[in-house]
Amino acid sequence: MVDMQVAAASSGSSDEFARWIVVLAAALRAAGIPVGIGQTISCREALRALGTDRQSRYWAARLTMIHDPADIGLFNRVFAEVAPATDIADEPWSTTVDAASDRTNGMGTDGSDHVAAGGRASARERLKHRKFSETTESEREQLSRLIDQLAVSLPMRRSRRRRAGPSGQIDVPRTLDHAIRTDGEIVTWRWKQRRSAPRKIVVVLDVSGSMAAYARVLLRLALAMRRVADRDVTRRVEVFAFGTRLTRLSDELTHRDPDAAIDAAAARVVDWHGGTRIGDSLDALVRTWGRRGLLRSAVVVICSDGLERGDPHRLEQAMLRIKRQAYHIVWINPLAGNTAFQPVQRGMATALPLVDTFLPSHDFASLETLVDTLAAIG
Amino acid sequence: MTKIDDVLAGLADQRYLADRGIASAVQLAIELPRPLLLEGDAGVGKTELAKAIAAMRGARPIRLQCHDGIDRSEALYAWDYPRQLLHLRAGEISGQASGTTALYSDQFLLARPLLEAVRQGSKAVLLIDEIDRADDEFEAFLLEILSDFQVTIPELGTITADAPPVVILTSNRTRELSDALRRRCLYHWIGHPDHQREVAIICLRAPDVPAVVAEHVASLIRNLRELDLYKPPGVAESIDWARVLTARNGDPQLWTPADLIETLGVVIKDHDDQMAAAARLAQLIEDAG
Repeated sequence: MVDMQVAAASSGSSDEFARWIVVLAAALRAAGIPVGIGQTISCREALRALGTDRQSRYWAARLTMIHDPADIGLFNRVFAEVAPATDIADEPWSTTVDAASDRTNGMGTDGSDHVAAGGRASARERLKHRKFSETTESEREQLSRLIDQLAVSLPMRRSRRRRAGPSGQIDVPRTLDHAIRTDGEIVTWRWKQRRSAPRKIVVVLDVSGSMAAYARVLLRLALAMRRVADRDVTRRVEVFAFGTRLTRLSDELTHRDPDAAIDAAAARVVDWHGGTRIGDSLDALVRTWGRRGLLRSAVVVICSDGLERGDPHRLEQAMLRIKRQAYHIVWINPLAGNTAFQPVQRGMATALPLVDTFLPSHDFASLETLVDTLAAIG
Repeated sequence: MTKIDDVLAGLADQRYLADRGIASAVQLAIELPRPLLLEGDAGVGKTELAKAIAAMRGARPIRLQCHDGIDRSEALYAWDYPRQLLHLRAGEISGQASGTTALYSDQFLLARPLLEAVRQGSKAVLLIDEIDRADDEFEAFLLEILSDFQVTIPELGTITADAPPVVILTSNRTRELSDALRRRCLYHWIGHPDHQREVAIICLRAPDVPAVVAEHVASLIRNLRELDLYKPPGVAESIDWARVLTARNGDPQLWTPADLIETLGVVIKDHDDQMAAAARLAQLIEDAG
């Protein structure tokens, strides 16, 4: 209602187009595209500038209300519903739009409860070296809390920006600026030094069947990293999950309540406990996100057991691409916690030579090692 | 003749063939006026569009190329300290004391693109290129400038634009822009042109290319874009390829597979993509022959 009043007010009188805009905006919001009042007003202005035939209405609405190419396919559908007619050409590039996923909640394989190991050590010490695959439900609960409390610190890189500092390069403008105030005499030199900026972190989680015992714990770890980014906008942490297809989870993992965030992320993934196509999934990551530069000079953390069902050549190609763009690749593998572990799995053997740091991830202690390793990457 | 047709014709005069979506975006950017954010694959003509708009309005585009670490002194203004110092020294020698007010005058002000655009106001076309390369802080600063087109220089005072200039921002999506910036802007995604328009663009941009070559190149390029390449070729590549192939032979009927494969480097600039593209071209040649 507010929108209608505002849109109507901006046009000087209530008119049918303002009403049409309000209906369209409401339909877009219902479809999940956020449209603000400011945008509805802009749309009314745009209509006045462009005209009110169908094509003009289409472009006026699209140009003012849509700000993400991923939304355009959805916009076209909503527009067609709100303004039924056929004279608008379909945009050919709607292929770039991510296919809407059917959200199915495939969680809940907490079937077999092992007997809790006795022992008098504190929960933390007891759980520290307990394999994730052998934990009971209540232990997993405690583990989640422990992971939530992990002090994740993200690696930094040297930024191109400089700021005033006690040493470094001579800051010519500031030195001269001060010299002018002292009649052109340089009394003190001013210096500038490089700042450091956080590196981007890209976490890629394998949630296929063979990782079932670890996926939820690792998702919790990803959440702990995401929360660092939530507290500080200059930090960037992106989280993806894959089994047979790649799903971006960064937005789901922003919920304040950790359990709710994990549930939201779990609901987003459609291929829990399915097959593993690491190569295809990493390839999808490179193509959609790498092309846009997400991986450039980032630290990429891949969590997988390397049991590849797809083509190992494809995995190698994708890893090579990631290696060329990323600053550092960390591969964590829960199987590596086993002392008899040999990286002979098809995927792991292919990927290992291209990995900078290879770590186990079978217990809480190994996650602590990972966190320390990340912080130490320069 | 509607206004849209005027815009289409105006851009065509500047050798830019727009479609209805682009023309609508340009018209709104000028009339509302609101900054226009353009996104799209590399080589679809985002920067060219800004230049064409400027030429259409009889202005020189004021271009701000963003990069990692760009800051106010590169984007807005800076003082010409060496000249100020020389001026001070010259004053000492000639015995005329010059106060600091004279040192902080227009004479010593280096206007960078944003200040230049504010000064020129409605006459200016400001191109903020590859905004995604700048960082969040700079984006926030830019947002401030774009909302009131007003610059305050402590030593000189406040300069306000008579009317907002036409502002075009381009982004290659290497970083997600903030919602605040997106909402302030009109948004247009420039896709690859359809076959007909691509042929027309090639003919317009490379007048020495025969129409039959343009036609041929456009359909080959469309085939290559259907492959899932890391870097699909843009219009700029089509134009280059048409030129290179024309230089080899002006009659597509006489092209040998070698003509296409050997010149592929003009179009595809990635090794893996080249392998995929060469295979596709070989297949196309086989199908045709």
